Amino acid sequence: MTDSKSLVRISNVVKHFDISGGFLDRISFSGGRPSLTTTTVKALNDVSLDITQGEILSVVGESGCGKSTLGRTVLGLYPPTSGEIAFRDTRIDNLSARQMLPYRRKMQMVFQDPYASLNPRMTVRQILEEPTSFHFPDLSRSQVQDKVAEVMRQVGVDPAWAGRYPHEFSGGQRQRISIARALMVDPEFIVADEPISALDVSIQAQILNLIMDCQERFGLTYMFITHDLSVVEHISTRVAVMYLGTLCELADKKNLYGEPQHPYSRALLSAIPRLGSKGFSHMRLKGEVPTPINLPPGCVFHTRCPFTEERCRREIPALRTLPNGSRAACHALEEGRI
Amino acid sequence: MTHLLEVQDLVVKFGLRSGDLTALNGINFTLDPGERMGLVGESGAGKSVAGFSIINLISKPGFIASGRVLFEGEEISAYPLEQMRGIRGNRISMIFQDPMMTLNPVLTIGTQMVETILAHNRISTAHAREIALEKLSKVYISSPGKRLGQYPHELSGGMRQRVVIAISLLTNPSLIIADEPTTALDVTIQAEVMALLLELCKNEHMGLILITHDLGVVSQVTEKICVMYAGRIVEQGPTESIVTNPRHPYTRGLIQALPQGGGGRGRLHQIPGMMPNLTSIPPGCAFHPRCEHTMDICRSKAPQLFGDSETPGLVACHLYAQAR
Repeated sequence: MTDSKSLVRISNVVKHFDISGGFLDRISFSGGRPSLTTTTVKALNDVSLDITQGEILSVVGESGCGKSTLGRTVLGLYPPTSGEIAFRDTRIDNLSARQMLPYRRKMQMVFQDPYASLNPRMTVRQILEEPTSFHFPDLSRSQVQDKVAEVMRQVGVDPAWAGRYPHEFSGGQRQRISIARALMVDPEFIVADEPISALDVSIQAQILNLIMDCQERFGLTYMFITHDLSVVEHISTRVAVMYLGTLCELADKKNLYGEPQHPYSRALLSAIPRLGSKGFSHMRLKGEVPTPINLPPGCVFHTRCPFTEERCRREIPALRTLPNGSRAACHALEEGRI
Repeated sequence: MTHLLEVQDLVVKFGLRSGDLTALNGINFTLDPGERMGLVGESGAGKSVAGFSIINLISKPGFIASGRVLFEGEEISAYPLEQMRGIRGNRISMIFQDPMMTLNPVLTIGTQMVETILAHNRISTAHAREIALEKLSKVYISSPGKRLGQYPHELSGGMRQRVVIAISLLTNPSLIIADEPTTALDVTIQAEVMALLLELCKNEHMGLILITHDLGVVSQVTEKICVMYAGRIVEQGPTESIVTNPRHPYTRGLIQALPQGGGGRGRLHQIPGMMPNLTSIPPGCAFHPRCEHTMDICRSKAPQLFGDSETPGLVACHLYAQAR
């Protein structure tokens, strides 16, 4: 599966977090004998996907589905437990910090909360200059300052305000500064983790427009992580739907919103509150999301799926290409039951 | 028929050293028994203050400066604290955004529910537990008997919000004020909780004031909408006509700023600028610096809500006053 257009390739990535705690927390007694137990959160289970040059790939799912973990693992902020991550066909998950440096410049991140992600004790100029002079040590001071002014203009913040501190800006302005910080080092790929969730509706529209403008102007590729499904429908090229650390469906936006395949995607999309719709016609799911510490055997969704059969409880479904071009991991779809 | 709730020229101010800050600048609306209304606006519009001031939950330095609140014909805004307690959580219930903050983490669900009932009724604890069980099953909580003995942290977010709704139902209120009840929840859980709230209001003939920034949720649940901006109601009317035919430029901007289905990927409409700070509300119409139709009169004179015979609802905008 070597696609020349693929910018970032995620292959069979697994990420487990050990939350056992200290020695005393791990001791347990079974049958009168002490033993050590390990508790792991299975945040990502065998996730594979390609991100194509120039696209906006949205990752959607509910809280705890592993979408943020995926974003951070791709950037190397978490080392994967197993699996590979490649940037332009070069494997990057096993690089040393020094070897990783050139890739850090090409891959940037925008965080959810612009109140927490900007250092309150640095001025906007310092925030923007720091990554630039770090990654481009050859630039002179005036060149760096020119670049700061240029990028600030591009994201719609008056360069005259560069001497101010983050608290002097509104939420929307701060998110523009976060985006500016990512743009300062001429990245090719940006992971945006819920960049608009903390903002008001009219400000959300401004930031979404900015994100789309940057994509066109600089040919950026995005991995856009969000739970807001109407935003996804607006800006994405393709959408990956995740549930409990597993990729359920990967589809072109039109396919997913036109005819969602995986039962979880169907339930998720039917729950979007639409303007002008009266009452509720969402697909009801039984029960609650299981804990990622004890994953259900077989398909992770089988405890809540209305189409569960014996095979779903036993065998983990693989991602398969369906007739309409979407890819989904579901036994029922494969067998033609739904 | 008397209205369930009537709010007249309500003004809420916050006393600061530098002078009084007007958070709510003369709002008016009525709610009939069993009617569901949405209070919509962005952060800082005053929608939560409006909701809280109905049951005088404004804490210092805030105070109700003028105006009246009539509930079932009684002027509850003039009630002393003791009498107000008989209304709060009894005939008017409130549901807050974060169920983890609303529920007491060190008391079991049962204790909290029984406590609420006993605060308003002179009945035995055993009877109160029965009522609690009945209400828990009304909000579709599985094995309610077991839940009574559990602590809030043992429940999931959606379940906790159901418990909060059950608590708000304990005293059979005739009005529920819900302040962003599903903002902290995931979209599938949000749909479940809102559908539940809608069903309960219909079955029990309860009035609902839903405070939210999510126009999608409002259009699913409510019959009428008040759109707020900088402490004033700028437009109000039946939900359907506001959603399909918004008239105030701010309402129109809000609706156009929402990504709509249909796969288009054009630029989203954006309202320039941001909601003004309460300390520096522009003179005249508060929206005029962000409006694309600003006229001279907008800078000097604040528009009043008014209606005409052709369209349902009221709008506070000079554009329509001129056309008249």
